[in-house]
Amino acid sequence: MRHIISLLMENEAGALSRVAGLFSARGYNIESLTVAPTEDPTLSRMTIVTSGSDAVIEQINKQLNKLIDVAAVMDLSEGEHLERELMLVKVRSESTTREELKRMTNILHARVIDESESTCTLELTDTCARLDSFLQTIGPDRILETVRTGALGIGRGERILKL
Amino acid sequence: MELTGAEITIRCLQEEGVEYIFGYPGGAVLFIYDALFNQDKVKHILVRHEQAALHAADGYARSSDQVGVALVTSGPGLTNAVTGIATAYMDSIPIVVISGQVPSYAIGEDAFQEVDSVGITRPCVKHNFLIKDVKDIAPTIKKAFYLAKSGRPGPVLVDIPKDISNQKTEFIYPDSVSIRSYHPVGEGDGVQIARAAQMLLEAKRPMIYSGGGVILSGASAQLIELVRLLGFPCTNTLMGLGAYPATDKQFVGMPGMHGTYEACMAMQHCDVLLAVGARFDDRVIGNVENFAQIPRKIIHIDIDPSSIAKRVKVDVPVVGDLKLVLNQLLSVLRNGKQKPDASDLAAWWKQVNEWRAKGGGLRYNNSSEIIKPQYVIEKLYEVTGGDAFVTSDVGQHQMWAAQYYKFDKPRRWINSGGLGTMGFGLPAAMGVQLINPGAAVACVTGEGSIQMNIQELSTCKQFHLPIKVVSLNNRYLGMVRQWQQFFHGNRYAESYMDALPDFVKLTEAYGHVGMRIDKPSDVEPALREAFARKKDLVFMDFQTDPLENVFPMVPGGKGLSEVMLDPNAPHPQVEDL
Ligand SMILES: Cc1ncc(C[n+]2csc(CCOP(=O)(O)OP(=O)(O)O)c2C)c(N)n1
Ligand SMILES: [Mg+2]
Repeated sequence: MRHIISLLMENEAGALSRVAGLFSARGYNIESLTVAPTEDPTLSRMTIVTSGSDAVIEQINKQLNKLIDVAAVMDLSEGEHLERELMLVKVRSESTTREELKRMTNILHARVIDESESTCTLELTDTCARLDSFLQTIGPDRILETVRTGALGIGRGERILKL
Repeated sequence: MELTGAEITIRCLQEEGVEYIFGYPGGAVLFIYDALFNQDKVKHILVRHEQAALHAADGYARSSDQVGVALVTSGPGLTNAVTGIATAYMDSIPIVVISGQVPSYAIGEDAFQEVDSVGITRPCVKHNFLIKDVKDIAPTIKKAFYLAKSGRPGPVLVDIPKDISNQKTEFIYPDSVSIRSYHPVGEGDGVQIARAAQMLLEAKRPMIYSGGGVILSGASAQLIELVRLLGFPCTNTLMGLGAYPATDKQFVGMPGMHGTYEACMAMQHCDVLLAVGARFDDRVIGNVENFAQIPRKIIHIDIDPSSIAKRVKVDVPVVGDLKLVLNQLLSVLRNGKQKPDASDLAAWWKQVNEWRAKGGGLRYNNSSEIIKPQYVIEKLYEVTGGDAFVTSDVGQHQMWAAQYYKFDKPRRWINSGGLGTMGFGLPAAMGVQLINPGAAVACVTGEGSIQMNIQELSTCKQFHLPIKVVSLNNRYLGMVRQWQQFFHGNRYAESYMDALPDFVKLTEAYGHVGMRIDKPSDVEPALREAFARKKDLVFMDFQTDPLENVFPMVPGGKGLSEVMLDPNAPHPQVEDL
């Protein structure tokens, strides 16, 4: 099953490679991984999307906790949470089809952030699944580039991951 | 007063009370060696290969409760040390490794003798550090010692660039460490412990299975008390030998691939299994599906949550330091009124003893013509009064030593269990001998393994280490040959050790005493003579039966109940039982 795991770790050189190394060494799967400093610049927050049997997910959580640089781990999928991913897509768009593209963009809550004569770059933030279906709707033929951040996650309400 | 990074490094070791370090110099650590030269508190043992520095530090740690320390240079010094680091990591041994690195300004430029030491060692250390500022040296070394020995122990590497070891700062050694992202556990959860106690008391066919964790935690006394209080059978893994006395009647021997028949059967058929500091390794429980066929409740006590429920489902997990958890469990059991059901237990013991009598025990077909390796270990046990420190290499000789030397005390059996590193035995024995001066230290080895670090005979000469090398020379990479015989149609591909040196002459060339023993009747006299030479290293080259196999054996991938007994030994076959 798909899991989204959040963790807080020391914002130090090498911390990211410890996590990435753990996943590859033990054969765990990473769908996406994002990391950036938090409001406390000595701490980074990482979101990992992975999948595996319950036993594998349990091991992933335990192995992450075991890393010395990791201060806290939360499997967001075990409770109520929100997920967002940011995507930038550049599509082929001649002036003739531009209006139609913009209408579609509006309906799908995307924004146009750059235009040229033959291209148009869109920005969209949503759940991973909705980003997938957005790409489907646009159609792969028109897409020139896709850039996605990978999922970010946060617990709902009082579900907080903090030191 | 300001000190250089190198001087600070050595001062830190002094503050930690380190008496011996094992190392090898080179460009990147020259300032550190200079600082070492100017003091005499920390004594340096110059090994002949960095792998040996790690194994020696490892043996030092395993046979005491100290942290082992190794010092190596950058590049090849560090890569040579990696096997030793990984060996310690797999068996959770506390070691601090200090490595030199190219100057900080040259890192990343493919400088002479540069390797990414932190990157290379990352998967086989508990943690590692690259020093970037001379002010960080003291707090980092403090952390390194704390991390190495607290929680589940392990090796920690501190990589110090050469220029930083020559920069100056004030030396302040911190009194304490706190790492906000690291909180080793102490006592276990009371509710879980109460559940565990109840489950043990209600068991009909209970079994206690203890591993290396008991030794690391210093919980041998607690384990013994628990086993005696409950009256249950107990088995120790290869890593746990000595935690429970092997000569005690409640001890059923080692379980697993080369465990006793009774230990394998009792592990397989028990209804409640208490695992203490053991990790259900593939060499211990064999095939997981086969193991799971017989339903049993499992209580698992371990300091590392990731060891629990990794390979088998666990009913009562207890996370904590074994010594504390066992004390908690003991007090619950002592304060309660309930005792294990005497008649259930008696019936279970009857079964266990039947296994013991019928197929089990350790037997081999002794000979008056050719030296049987098992016989050498039996005599070694007798001659040393069962009280030696025994290190070993990896192979058949290792298994025979584990089986036939009945360890009654923890920290006496020193072997590479997890990584299975040939070449471990002799350097490990050096560390053991240094921290246990005057003690009898035997290195049980094979003619294959000993050649992987034989250069250390020179170190032993320099530092007067009177180790007794017991080489079971079968002219084969015996364990490989055994597998080839059983599973590869007797095709002995590259397992014959041709062109062996004359070990007696070789030993003499290094300045020690060598003996070659060909006859069974000479085994005991040779051992007696060797151990009487208290000041000498003696290399005993026993010419043993080349085709002897290790039994019992659970073939790889098979279940514990599929254990094979020695077809040549005087006892019935499993099928007959
Ligand atoms: C460094 C290393 N290389 C290879 C092996 C694989 N291996 C395991 S046992 C063994 C044979 C050891 O031969 P020897 O030391 O003569 O011991 P014996 O089995 O004959 O007692 C080998 C090659 C290993 N464990 N370690
Ligand atoms: Mg051999």
